[in-house]
Amino acid sequence: MSEGHSTYTPKTGIGRWFDARMPLPRLVYDSFVAYPVPRNLNYAWTFGGILSIMLAAQILTGIVLAMHYAADSTLAFDSVEKIMRDVNSGWLLRYLHSNGASFFFVAVYIHIFRGLYYGSYKAPRELLWILGCIIYLLMMATGFMGYVLPWGQMSFWGATVITGFFSAIPLVGDWIQQLLLGGFAVDTPTLNRFFSLHYLLPFMIAGVVVLHIWALHVVGQSNPTGIEVKSKTDIVAFTPYATIKDAFGMIVFLFVFAYFVFYLPNFLGHPDNYTVADPLKTPAHIVPEWYFLPFYAILRAITFNIGPINSKLGGVLAMFGSIAMLFLVPWLDTSKVRSAVYRPWYKLFFWLFVIDAVLLGWLGSQPAEGSYVFMAQMATLFYFAFFLVALPVLGLIETPRRLPNSITEAVLEKNKGGGGGHPASATAAPETKG
Amino acid sequence: MSATDIQDPNRRDFLYVATGMAAVVGAGAVAWPFIDQMRPDASTLALASVEVDVSSLEPGMSLVVKWRGKPVVVRNRTEKEMKDGEAVNLAQLKDPLARNANLPADAPATDANRTTPGKEAWMVMVQVCTHLGCIPLGQEGEFGGWFCPCHGSVYDTAGRVRAGPAPENMSVPVFQFISDTKIRIG
Repeated sequence: MSEGHSTYTPKTGIGRWFDARMPLPRLVYDSFVAYPVPRNLNYAWTFGGILSIMLAAQILTGIVLAMHYAADSTLAFDSVEKIMRDVNSGWLLRYLHSNGASFFFVAVYIHIFRGLYYGSYKAPRELLWILGCIIYLLMMATGFMGYVLPWGQMSFWGATVITGFFSAIPLVGDWIQQLLLGGFAVDTPTLNRFFSLHYLLPFMIAGVVVLHIWALHVVGQSNPTGIEVKSKTDIVAFTPYATIKDAFGMIVFLFVFAYFVFYLPNFLGHPDNYTVADPLKTPAHIVPEWYFLPFYAILRAITFNIGPINSKLGGVLAMFGSIAMLFLVPWLDTSKVRSAVYRPWYKLFFWLFVIDAVLLGWLGSQPAEGSYVFMAQMATLFYFAFFLVALPVLGLIETPRRLPNSITEAVLEKNKGGGGGHPASATAAPETKG
Repeated sequence: MSATDIQDPNRRDFLYVATGMAAVVGAGAVAWPFIDQMRPDASTLALASVEVDVSSLEPGMSLVVKWRGKPVVVRNRTEKEMKDGEAVNLAQLKDPLARNANLPADAPATDANRTTPGKEAWMVMVQVCTHLGCIPLGQEGEFGGWFCPCHGSVYDTAGRVRAGPAPENMSVPVFQFISDTKIRIG
């Protein structure tokens, strides 16, 4: 939807002066005011904006926390406690930052599942989707390294287990592990480099977000019908329609976020992380942050050797493979129809996949013993089957429901079904609203 | 010979390739220090050896020292533990190799090969699970050796993995008795 001329006309002398020299106001106007969006976007589409505000909030709170933090194994734990007790408003900033990470992941998971449900990854949006996957990977690295910084027991042992993955690589594994740790075990050199990278990566995320939005503004937003925009009646201006809807979504989201920050600040954390790291004592039960639990369950599900691959390397490959699946989705899905709304079988499998992901998360939090291991193996099997079997096969054998001819037709049909006296939503009937 | 009469590969091709190669070597030379600084530094490597006084250890007692940031257990094993360790049929082992840094890499995992000659009662071993690096608990599990609470690996009295997801026996570091009561690890 990049076609069409810019409609920006500077109204003041200063505006014209800028526009002739560096048209930044024009870029902002074209991208966030006049930018056309499909008229039928629902609240699932507000999470891009929510993610932007969470990234900005994390960078802001992170920068001020770094002013009080000491990245040294003898000082780190105490400096975090000092932030909690002595630094003015330190408790609030730290709780905003630690819960902010969790809510950042809540938002990104909704954003990813929305993309999967509505087929937002399909041509011409493959690159847009892959840039999103890269952002997600960077988020995971950032979240992991940030969790190490408070230097509690879970910080230390989480770092030990996760850097231990690399020792599974044949031949060069130990060398790579020492390169990551800067020693033979997690210690001050590890903490220092993790702090440095934890500060750097959010800015790299911001950079990829710019590319993500750029790619989005070239191909335009998808929408719940998955039908491309065909005429002017299919679209509304970003401002005020999407702006207001995004703002309302943000407020609701931040309301829930604030509830956790003020009333349940440690609900998503682990009590063991309030014990200082002890390299000689492992906690009874190591678990990562909740947002990594499904992948942790997949890692632990591989308890058997597969040919020359031992169980340890197999687990690591399965875990990285489970993320790699996301990158391949645009080519694994063979269906011509984007949206699950018109794909009855895909819709079923999508919801089974959501249940499976939640189940894997729960299994990741349980000890790896008894029936949990078998359940994790079955759930892992379904996880991979969804991508490698369901996505390609369903596209070939499924009969999709009849697609409307246009977004406008879909919207009008839906409103007719909703009853005559029911007021149409603002975005659904823009031409009557001013 | 006219100006257009040039053979392939010509002088210009050579210059392109030579310049490109110099750039690649230069880029590599610049990149290396940035990678190299990540490796363990001199002060970390300086801690690579520790001496332990083991005179206070009666049979059945252990102590743990920190070596390279990891716990190393020194255990004076009881008669029964040694007998249990020797009685194991090597064919039953998940990992048939001794994993003893003092021996060749292909040494079999006999009880004797897990210890040092003349001091077979003494187990000196990095007490780190070979699965994902947790610290196993001593004198637990069905083989009376070590048990890892994280993912359930079981080790016998010679620190050899007997059950669970761990792929290898716990490693025996380079060590020697420098006197009857003193061990140098590393």
